[in-house]
Amino acid sequence: MPQITQLADVFASQLFWLAVVFGLIFFGIGRGMLPRVRSAVDQRDRRVAEDLEQAKAARTTAEETEARWRTRMDEARVEAARIAQEAKGASARETEARVRDALAEIDSKVELARLRIRDAVAAARTELEAVAAEGAQQVVQQLTGISVDRQEAAKAVQSELEMMTPVER
Amino acid sequence: MTAEGKIDPMHQFTIEPIAPLHVGGYDISFTQSAAWMLFALALIFTFMALGLRRELVPGRWQMAVEGLTGFIDDMVKVNIGPEGRKFVPYIFALFTFILVSNLAGLLPLAVIPGLHPFTTTSQFSITGVLAVLSFSIVVIVGFWRHGLHFFSLFVPHGTPAVMIPLIAPIEVISFMVRPFSLGLRLFVAMIAGHILMEVFGSFIVSGFHGGAMGLGVAILSFLFIVFVVALELLMCVIQAYVFALLTTLYLSDAINLH
Repeated sequence: MPQITQLADVFASQLFWLAVVFGLIFFGIGRGMLPRVRSAVDQRDRRVAEDLEQAKAARTTAEETEARWRTRMDEARVEAARIAQEAKGASARETEARVRDALAEIDSKVELARLRIRDAVAAARTELEAVAAEGAQQVVQQLTGISVDRQEAAKAVQSELEMMTPVER
Repeated sequence: MTAEGKIDPMHQFTIEPIAPLHVGGYDISFTQSAAWMLFALALIFTFMALGLRRELVPGRWQMAVEGLTGFIDDMVKVNIGPEGRKFVPYIFALFTFILVSNLAGLLPLAVIPGLHPFTTTSQFSITGVLAVLSFSIVVIVGFWRHGLHFFSLFVPHGTPAVMIPLIAPIEVISFMVRPFSLGLRLFVAMIAGHILMEVFGSFIVSGFHGGAMGLGVAILSFLFIVFVVALELLMCVIQAYVFALLTTLYLSDAINLH
C-alpha cells in the first residue's frame, strides 16, 4: 500500500501542499468569496421581502379604492334610478295632462258641432213647418174650401211632425 | 502500471514527484498529488468566481453557487444553530475540497495517454490531516468556550452517579476515536472504490486475450464497472457530505455541550 510505505517520504510534501491549498480555499474562497455570495443572497431576500411588503400595501390601497369606487357606483346607480323614476313619472303626468286637454278640446268641439247640428235641425224644421203649414192650408182650402187659420195649420203640422220624428232635446 | 502483464491495483495510489523541492531539510516536492490539489483549488475557485456576479436575478451559474453556499449554511444552521455561522467557511472549505478531490479522481483522463487521475482523498496523509484538523478545532472551541466544563461532554445528561466511572471512559474513547473514524472512512471509501474499478478494469483487459470465455468475463466486468462507477459518483458526494456533517455535529457538541 503506497499510502503507508510512502508515508514517511511524502508526508511533509503532502502536508505542505494541503496546507497551501486548504488555506487558500478557507481564506480565499471560504472567507473571501463566500460572504459576498451570502450577502448577495441576503440582499435579494431583503429586497424580495420589501417588494412583497410594498405589493401588499399596494393591494390594500387598491382594495380600499375599489371599495370606495363601488360605494360611489352604488350611490350613483341609486341616484340614477331615482332620477329615471322621477322623469318617467313627470313625463307620464305630462302626457296624461296633454291627453286630458286634448280630450276636453275634442269634447268641446263635439259639443259645439252638436249644437250647430241642433240649430241647423231646428232651423230646418221651422222652415219645413212654415212651408208645410202653408202647403197644408192651401191643400185644405182647395180640397174642402175651408179656410184654415194659419196658426191652426201650423199647430197641426207641428204635432204631426212631432209624431214622426221625436225631437231630441 | 502493467509490469509484464501483471496489473498492480495499488500502483495508482503512488505519489510521484514532479518537481523536487527541499526547504530546511524537509522534502516538500511538488508531486502529482499536489498538482491534483491545486487542480481542485482551481475548479472550486472557478466555480465560485463565475457565480460571484451578485445579480438580483441570478443566472444558472449563480444559482448553483448560491445553492452550494445555501446548502452549507443550512447544514451548519440546523446542526449547530445560529452560533455556527462563523464555522461556515471551514465547513465550506472541507466539503468543497473533499467533494472536488473525490470527483476529480474519477475523471476519465486515462483515455489520454500519459495522464492518470489521482485521488488526493485516497491518501491517508490528506484525510488524516483533515480529520485531525477538524478534531483539533472541536477540542479548541470546546475548551475555549466552556473551559474545563467541556469535560462534562463525557458524562451524558442524566447518567446515574454509579454509572459515571463506566460511562465516562467509554465516552472518552469514542471521542478520541473520532479523528480516526473521520479520516479512515473517507480514505477507505475512496481507496476501495478505486481498487474495485482497477481490478475489474484489468479483468476487461486480460479478458480480451482469453478467448470466448475471457470475452464473456470482460463483458460482465464492463457491465459491473459501469455500475461501480455510478456507485462511486454517489460515494464521492456522500463521503464529502458525511465528513462535513460529522464535523458540524462534533462542533455542535463542543459549542452546545448537551
